[in-house]
Amino acid sequence: MTTLLAAANLSKRFAGLIAVNQVSFEVAAGEIFAVIGPNGAGKTTLFAMIAGALTPDEGTVTFAGARIDGLTSDAVCRRGIARTFQIVRPFPALSVEDNVMIGALLRRADMRSARAHARAILEMLDLADKRAATASSLTLPDRKRLEVARALATDPKLLLLDEVMAGLRPTETDRMVAILRKLNRDTGMTILLIEHVMRAVMALASRVLVLHHGAAIAHGAPKDVVRDPAVIASYLGAEAVG
Amino acid sequence: MIELWRIAPPRGRIVIALALAVLLALPLAADRYVISVLTLIFYFAYVGQAWNLMMGYAGQLSLGHALYVGVGGYVAALMWLKLGIGPWLGVFAAVAAAAAFGAAIGWLGFRFGIAGVYFALLTIAFAEFTRIGFDHLELTGGAAGLFLPFEEKRIGEWWNLRGGQLLFYYLGLALAAGAALLVALMARSRLGYQWRAVREDETAARALGIDAFAVKMAAVVISSGMTAVGGVFYAFYYNNLFPSQVFEISRSIELILAPIVGGLGTVFGPVIGAFVLTPLGEGLTAVTGRFGINAPGVKAVFYGVVLIVIISAMPSGVWPRLAALFGLKDHAR
Ligand SMILES: Nc1ncnc2c1ncn2[C@@H]1O[C@H](COP(=O)(O)OP(=O)(O)OP(=O)(O)O)[C@@H](O)[C@H]1O
Ligand SMILES: [Mg+2]
Repeated sequence: MTTLLAAANLSKRFAGLIAVNQVSFEVAAGEIFAVIGPNGAGKTTLFAMIAGALTPDEGTVTFAGARIDGLTSDAVCRRGIARTFQIVRPFPALSVEDNVMIGALLRRADMRSARAHARAILEMLDLADKRAATASSLTLPDRKRLEVARALATDPKLLLLDEVMAGLRPTETDRMVAILRKLNRDTGMTILLIEHVMRAVMALASRVLVLHHGAAIAHGAPKDVVRDPAVIASYLGAEAVG
Repeated sequence: MIELWRIAPPRGRIVIALALAVLLALPLAADRYVISVLTLIFYFAYVGQAWNLMMGYAGQLSLGHALYVGVGGYVAALMWLKLGIGPWLGVFAAVAAAAAFGAAIGWLGFRFGIAGVYFALLTIAFAEFTRIGFDHLELTGGAAGLFLPFEEKRIGEWWNLRGGQLLFYYLGLALAAGAALLVALMARSRLGYQWRAVREDETAARALGIDAFAVKMAAVVISSGMTAVGGVFYAFYYNNLFPSQVFEISRSIELILAPIVGGLGTVFGPVIGAFVLTPLGEGLTAVTGRFGINAPGVKAVFYGVVLIVIISAMPSGVWPRLAALFGLKDHAR
């Protein structure tokens, strides 16, 4: 398998606090890879460095064979990495469809095909009946779906999902898991997700990276990682395994 | 364009066609005063549209658009006076000069992250510096102003904008209608959607691959260039230019009121706003004149009060309210 994304020794400091500390990992093309860890572990910061929203203090990010650390976030997206925001950022005054169409316009010059693409994606994420609604009128679970739809519309090679299941009900979580799995299977899209909902992680990820206080404390197959004593102690708690 | 007409609601088409027909035929019936007020309305609808493109669609607040009016007017007037080059050619130089100013301001602001009110301050500063510069520029007559002379032999040279009131009436109408059409087309283009994305949330827009810098530069360059055409109109209509009048901050404010009152980020907002505000201003002038009230600022205070009332009653503008009331949805929004 070829490596699509490689992070090497990534570090980020915020005024004395080391948010991400010498983290290295690789994501293979076509894989679903999860990053887990307690609140404040540095997961979102790690994502932000990959997506070009933050510049790493140390380390490198390599995507499809080329260095991308130091690129701006729009340049990173044009290379083929799309991200969602943990704290959702829809275009509030625009319709759901227009939100997604703006993503679709990245690789489509004419409006008609961009709109058609947006509609297909809204269909896939069960948002089709809300396409005319203003984004600001959506409920939180729908806003999470909109984040995914908009990122997907840019036709990424790598999709970064930051806690898109948070706030979803169990049935909605299962639905999202099914959508992501189908997407991964049908299009071969590589997915890197941050998730607290372990049920989703176990169902989707082929490999998991565990962060704690900015450092990687475990790395491997989900079933092995959840049995790791360090992971249980710092994150899952003893009862979560059983 | 045909596409725009096709998607317009039937009632909207009727209203637009009727309004255009009435405005085209009006000079047959109306007196000079009405014609002059309408010409002014067209002017404000035009420059308001140019400003609306940058603020209403791209979300970049400029409080110095008088700069582009002034630069446009001065460049075309100078070319006419010093080189004998008529405004139909001069307008290209005027647009280029104003767009260069716009590009410089945009580059400074957007490259160095000067955003929101700080960007607005930058636009004011540029307009003020330019005003001071023109006050001392001999070429343009400095503070004493620049005059386009009345020449008997040139009367009727419409191609040099040396015509009467009707010429400017129809030119103003064409400009206002053309600008509305242009903005409607751009609003539906890829760039138009990218503007709205940047306006709504620049960080999210960039995460979708939008080059926010380029998109904002496009907005300021197009907006300033468009505004300069209004400046050429102004210069040849009034036949005089004074730095203290054209570059004044109050001129910049005056030109943004129509889109704000009419509805930001809508195609018809600046038009409706100009139709509401200009007669109001003119009416106040007439009334205060009639009653001999010439205490300074009385007109401004009245005007301000009316603005407050309209804006607090219709915070998103008169046009969205009208459109909802009469079922004329602004598709080009
Ligand atoms: N811009 C910032 N400035 C200063 N500190 C920050 C900034 N962003 C994050 N931090 C700090 O860095 C640490 C890591 O934050 P981060 O958001 O990456 O954690 P996380 O793993 O995503 O947490 P959560 O599960 O709550 O989303 C936290 O202590 C946070 O307070
Ligand atoms: Mg986070």
